[in-house]
Amino acid sequence: MAQLEPIAENLWTNEAEPALIGGRLPNGKIVFPYPSGDAAEGVEPYRLSRKGTLWSWTRQDFQPKEPFEGPEPFQPYLLGYVELPGEVIVETRIVDCVLEDLKLGMPMEFVVAPFDATRATYAFRPEKA
Amino acid sequence: MEDVYIIGAGIHPFGRTDGRSGRDQGVFAVRQAMADAGIEWTDVGCAYGGSAAAGSADIMVNELGLTGLPFINVANGCATGGSALASARNAIAAGEFDVALAVGFDKHPRGAFNAKPRDYGLPEWYGQTGMMLTTQFFALKIQRYMQLYGISRETLGRVAEKAFRNGVHADHAWRRSPVDLETILNSPMVNDPLTKYMFCAPAEGAVALILASGKKVRELGADAVKIASVAVRTRPPGSFEVFAPSVDIDNGGKPTILASKAAFEQAGIGPEDISVAQLQDTESGAEIMHMAENGFCKDGDQEQWLREGRTEITGSLPVNTDGGCLACGEPIGASGLRQVYENTVQLRGRGGGRQVPGRPKAAYSHVYGAPGLSGVCILER
Repeated sequence: MAQLEPIAENLWTNEAEPALIGGRLPNGKIVFPYPSGDAAEGVEPYRLSRKGTLWSWTRQDFQPKEPFEGPEPFQPYLLGYVELPGEVIVETRIVDCVLEDLKLGMPMEFVVAPFDATRATYAFRPEKA
Repeated sequence: MEDVYIIGAGIHPFGRTDGRSGRDQGVFAVRQAMADAGIEWTDVGCAYGGSAAAGSADIMVNELGLTGLPFINVANGCATGGSALASARNAIAAGEFDVALAVGFDKHPRGAFNAKPRDYGLPEWYGQTGMMLTTQFFALKIQRYMQLYGISRETLGRVAEKAFRNGVHADHAWRRSPVDLETILNSPMVNDPLTKYMFCAPAEGAVALILASGKKVRELGADAVKIASVAVRTRPPGSFEVFAPSVDIDNGGKPTILASKAAFEQAGIGPEDISVAQLQDTESGAEIMHMAENGFCKDGDQEQWLREGRTEITGSLPVNTDGGCLACGEPIGASGLRQVYENTVQLRGRGGGRQVPGRPKAAYSHVYGAPGLSGVCILER
């Protein structure tokens, strides 16, 4: 399989165990993604935790209009929010499970997942027991 | 501040009106509101209005008349109507004018809204990967709420069932046939746990309100309803809002709580004094959560409230008496003013088949929208 390109640059770190890149504001608050433009002033890049807990979730059952660029034919997908303890709650795709598996507060782990034939995006999946 | 009153209310039926532009629907509503108030366009001192997707309001002077009045375009997303109302009220309260118009209208394409990331200061990947949908936000917010406070799927269904039942009696509603609970619960899933019948749809429509000073009310002998308060608020730190790639871990603040508190404070009354409420019901879950965010019940009490029918027209706090967004659809620029229109109808006792019994005295309306703002208006008779 050819190497998939990240859907955007500087979303996650380029290392063996990649992690999302957030930002630490001057007041100590952690945000995601790392801000762009003038909003980035004084914001330190911050490597986010690879593990967290499920904060909420849903399944996208209809094909979104543009700017959605998912592969055809449309397949429903899971998404939600994962709370990274002490850091921030991030919105994310959820992979490697079905809707019925998901429970509030369950442990989740970071993964880079295929988005379409040529691109990868970030996701979380239930932590392997 | 001078007291300010609503003396005329007009509405163009919500839903789909092919061949009539959003702004023309606005003009229709303005003419109806002026007729209701018993005034002419030349009596209107100033005007505020707008739409999200149907153009500027001030061009209406082409149809209504070139009287030279100041006509301020309002572009404030879901709070467009609420902001127009607040501005019109302030213009009268400040003593500058005796009669003001607040108008909102819209006409959206069919299907879910497709927002552009850069319009919201967000990166392109957020839209490309399919996480920038309003419907998802509503599902994600109620999913967590249901887990935390024990709200059942059946209760979500009951909200929609009530909306369609109430819409039957509202001339301006889009969906005017009842839908039973089974059908609602078993209709196609949009974003779990919300099914198709639990969501409102983008639509068309227009609402116009004529506001007046106490002096003008007496002069006209108008059938007036007093604006006890209007409050528009944006999000506080830690709020969970639509289009949020991340949420603060210290979360819980909400623009609705701010707007509600401010409106109750200005009016000098509390939730227990309200006899009818229109609460933003973009989907069933929103109505449930907004019951608590606006101070009408505790988190989790909605399960019992819905089961006992307390928010029915005959209940202790009727909610969304014209079927709300679920039955009327959501033309963004007009939606918030529709709630105030409905409350005006209710306080004047003109609700017909949907009239709240016992001569309601105080009516509450609440609109919520992206990127985290709320508008609350309290009317009194």
